[in-house]
This record gives sequence, structure tokens and C-alpha cells, in this order.
Amino acid sequence: MRIFFPSLLVWIVTPIAMFAAEVHPPSQMSAGVSFSMPSSGGGQGTLYLIGPAHLSKRQVNLGTDIEVDGDEVERAGRYTVILCTDQCSASEFYVHPAGPDRLSLLVHPSRVPVSNPNAISAVAVVWDVYHNLELSPETVKFTVNPDEHTSLSEARTTNNGIAWIRLTSAAKSGVVKLEASVGKVSEIRVVQQVASDACNLRIRASSASKKIMVETDPVRDCSGNFVPDGTVVSFTMTDSAGKTTVDVPIKRGVAKVEMPAHGRARITAASGVVTGNELDLGGGE
Amino acid sequence: MKRLLAIVIFAVTIVFVAIAWLQSGGLARERMQSAQTPDEAVRLLLTEAQSHNFDAAYARLENRAEVDKSAFIRDFYGSNGSLLTYAALESFDVWGLHADDREATLRAKLHYSTAVGPLDDIRDLKAEHDGNTWKVVWPTTHAPKLAPQVIPVNYLRWDVINRGAEDDWGVQNVDSPQVRIISMNAVQRADSVVILGEIVNEDTVPAYVNVGATFLGQNQQELAQESSFDKISHTLLPKQVSPYRIDFPGMRTDKIKSVRMDAKAMLVPASADPVIEVNQQRLETDAVGKKVLSGQLVNQSGQIVNIPHVIAAFYDATGKVIWVSDGYIDQELLPQIPVTFSVDLPNDVAGKVQSYHVVVNHYDRQTS
Repeated sequence: MRIFFPSLLVWIVTPIAMFAAEVHPPSQMSAGVSFSMPSSGGGQGTLYLIGPAHLSKRQVNLGTDIEVDGDEVERAGRYTVILCTDQCSASEFYVHPAGPDRLSLLVHPSRVPVSNPNAISAVAVVWDVYHNLELSPETVKFTVNPDEHTSLSEARTTNNGIAWIRLTSAAKSGVVKLEASVGKVSEIRVVQQVASDACNLRIRASSASKKIMVETDPVRDCSGNFVPDGTVVSFTMTDSAGKTTVDVPIKRGVAKVEMPAHGRARITAASGVVTGNELDLGGGE
Repeated sequence: MKRLLAIVIFAVTIVFVAIAWLQSGGLARERMQSAQTPDEAVRLLLTEAQSHNFDAAYARLENRAEVDKSAFIRDFYGSNGSLLTYAALESFDVWGLHADDREATLRAKLHYSTAVGPLDDIRDLKAEHDGNTWKVVWPTTHAPKLAPQVIPVNYLRWDVINRGAEDDWGVQNVDSPQVRIISMNAVQRADSVVILGEIVNEDTVPAYVNVGATFLGQNQQELAQESSFDKISHTLLPKQVSPYRIDFPGMRTDKIKSVRMDAKAMLVPASADPVIEVNQQRLETDAVGKKVLSGQLVNQSGQIVNIPHVIAAFYDATGKVIWVSDGYIDQELLPQIPVTFSVDLPNDVAGKVQSYHVVVNHYDRQTS
């Protein structure tokens, strides 16, 4: 008895299932491409198309090819087609990204001190035209375009849609353009390579009537790059009247200030945590 | 019954009017209409100034011929958007320093409430006996004026273009500035714990900075959290150093296991001007016996600085920051005109101070 009833059920259900309407989509296709699916059966049925970011329902004529618009399959991923008459049947198909069309290029930092090993990181993310992550391996070409030098390139293959590279900043300050390209698509980012801390900060002074003019030599870092204008140099003068301090921004490569003179004075300068030479006015340096 | 109610309302109104009159100093004004003592003369003048009755206050001056009335008003309520223009004279104390039959010297401490908190101003005034009344000799301050001229400024300014809201994902933005806390020191005061130190902008762009601190207990639980608020120069140009101070009222160091510091920096548009010189800095004792760091501020640019704010870091012999004081200056900084300042420091700290560093923060009507 235990074997008899299940066998009977199979004998009854199988012919019914054999006569249910079916749809036969291609097993895989590209995102955004229109296609048709042959269907079996006769009369009318209801078609449900369920995707990662899409859901639709419509009446279809059975026994004909069912057309699916490209805008219904723009998102990559697994789709399910359900065709219902008095019975329902389901099929699945997979939509692949449509091929590289966009590139997101993340470059960090936007400013970097010169001669800093592995300080710049560039990450390229490859997308298709519908913002699907392009998961198949693609070759991304990273190109560095310095201002005054020939460009350098290096290729990287994407892994799960992502390729990345690390770069050392140049010894010379200035703007560097970093380009990533895949096929005809490219993106450019700009990294500013800036001078490091001031090196050998030197000051000199000249005195006029009741005033002392103090001026730095052109302020450069240890690689010889000019420290950017606007960088603050703190001048400190100690004399019989007390202490005088002025925070002066560098303009056109030098920082200069005029301070009141009261006899013998000692003058120092500092920029951030870097200190310069000391001047003893009236007593020699 | 109706008549009784009307009488009660009338009586209550009279009482309220009388209270208001007394609170506004009416009794004092009435009592001192003719000042019989130097103290009364100064008090009457200050009471009139407090109620903005400058005609009456000016009439109390012995040296009206030498004092310009608009300058007299400016002495009380400032000009050019200075801190005193955002202030009200709340109260004052007057005490005598010296007196004889003909003249007297008095000291007045004016308590202002301002946009940035209370502000005290101490002035020494003279009073002279004139007929049967005492009148005040107002100090004549001849404010130096700069000759009309053009002050050339090589304008240096940073503007920031940030990533737009409509930009695609992955479009580059400009990074926040790199700042670093270069020193930190926790000090136990009588009624609070104070975190002191310095912060530097290590980047090549201006930074808007703020320093916060969190006290953690024995089990790493948060005990208290505070920020430096206005005890810091918020806008730091590249490589500029600012002291900071964070007060934790009612805390004790023995409850604290560790301190978590947090320096936040934002990229902001900024100008490298004005440059403010701080000269004649010296530690001294002021008129009321407090230890102060005093000096002069000189605005080297051509634009008016409305509200200067002085922040001073004090170091011991080992170079450690042992105190940070600050003070707002009630006068505006006109170009090239020196303005004196003083910031106080605790007497127990003053003895250990070996050096100090002053930075000047400023709030301007055009940019604030």
C-alpha cells in the first residue's frame, strides 16, 4: 500500500505537467539587450518576470515567441520567468554585465608630500553602462602623467571588478595626473605633490630707524622644493621691551616682517615644528 | 467689590513701578543728584552711562572741554564692530585710592556682559571738587590716527571647491587637512581637571580645527567629554601652531584611567591676512595684584580687525605646556595702531613659567 499510492500520484500528475505551458529563455545574455523566449501551449497565459531590480506581469499569447525589452533586463543577476495558465511553470536565466563602459577611480590622498613611498593609492572599479559591476577580468591601464616628465603606465587585471595600484610620490612638487583606462573608457584624477616641512630655515635681519626688518631666505624643503605660499613662519624677537612674536605667511617664497627695535635683540624663526637659525642683533649671529 | 479690585490692581501696579525704578538704579540716581563725595560722583556718572543717558553722564565731567562726547560714548560702548559694541554695562564697583579736600583718585571696575561672556574693565579716575559738588575728570585718550595711505597687500587666500552632490560615485573629493596634537598635559586644579596642549596644522592648506577629549574610567567607561570651544585658534594656516585648553569642571584625576583625544579638522576657505604682531610681551603684576601676561597687538594689514582674541600658552623649564590663558580684547584693531592686552594666569603657575607663546585669533564682521 505504501508504494501503491505515491506511484498512482505520479501517474496522474505527470501527464498534467506535461501539458502545462512552458517558456524557454536563453540560459544567459547581456544586460540591456532585448530578446525573445519561445513558449509552448495555446491560448493566453500570464508571464511574470522577476529580476534583481525588476518585477513585471503581463498577458502573453502562448505558442509564440515572447519578446522581452532590453530595459527589463538592465540589472545583472539571476532572473526568474513564471508562465501561468491553469498551471504555472518557471524557468531561470542569468544576465551578465554589458561590458566595460564606466570607470570609478578612487585616488587617495588628494595632496601628498614629495618622496613618500607607496603614499598614493588608486583603485579602479569597472562598471557597465547600467552600473553593473563588471565581474569578468578586465585589464585596467594606470598611467601617471607628471607635469614635466614622460608618462609611466602599468596594467592591472581586475579581480571581481576592482583593480588597484600603489604609487610613490615624486621628489619634485607639483600636480600629477593619474589616469585609469579600460577599453575606450578612461578617468583622470589629480594629485597634488606638495613640499615637505621646511629644511634649513634661515633668517637675516637689517635694521632701519627703530625698526628691524627680518626676512627668511627662500623657504624650501629638504628636496629643494619651495614650501607653498601661505605656510606660516613664526618670528620671535626678545629685547629689552619684552618679547615680540608674529606669525607671518610665506608670500612669493619668503616670509618677512618688520618689528620694533629696542636695543639689543635675539631673533628666532620656526615653521611648525621646524626651527631656524638664531640672530643676535648687536652681538653678531 | 469691583471698586476694591480696582484699588488692589492700582496698588500692585504702583508697587511694580517702584520695584522697577529701584532696580534701574533710580534710588542711587536720586540720592546722588548732586555728588557730595568723589565716590558718589563716579557712581552717578557710571549709573548714567549704564542707562545710556550719555548727556547726563557727560554733564558730570569736569573736563568737558577736553573730552569729545562721541569719544566719551565710544569709551563705554566701543566702535567699528568691536566687542564693546556687542556688550552691556551690567554693574560696576568703585573704591577710593587717594582723596583730599580738592581732588581724589578712584578705581572703577566695570562689569560688562558681552557676546562672548563677562568682561571686566578696570579704570582709574580722578574727581575734583567744584563748588559744592564733585565732578569726574575723564581720562583723555588721544587715539593715534593713521595718515591716509594705501597699504599694499599681496592677497593670499584659499578657496575650496568640493565634490558636487550630483557627481557620480568615485569622483574625487579634496582631503581634509592633516593636523596633529603635538603636546598634551592634564592638570588638576582645585575644582576641575584641565587638558592643555598644542596642535599644529601639518598640511599645506588651511584647517578649521577643534580638539575634544574624553575621560575614561577604570573600566574604560566614558566619564566626561568636553571640547576646547573657544580656547583654541580654530583657523590654522599651514604649519601654524595653536594652544588649546579643555576644562572639565568637577572632575578629579584620581578617577581617570585614560584620556581619549580627538582632533577634528575641516578644509575651509581662509585668508592669510591680517597679520597681527604681538610685541612687548612680558609677565607682570597688574593693578589689582594678579599675575598677567601683557603686551601690545599691532594689526599689520590695512583692514580693521573687529574682535581680537588672544590665546597664550605658558611653558615650564622643560618646555611642557603648563597653562593656557585667553582673553578677548574689547577694542578693535585699527591698522598699525597698537592696542594693549593682558591675559591672567594663576599665581601658582606664574612661578613655574619659563616662556610663553601667544597667538591671536580674530573675528571679523566681513568673514564671521
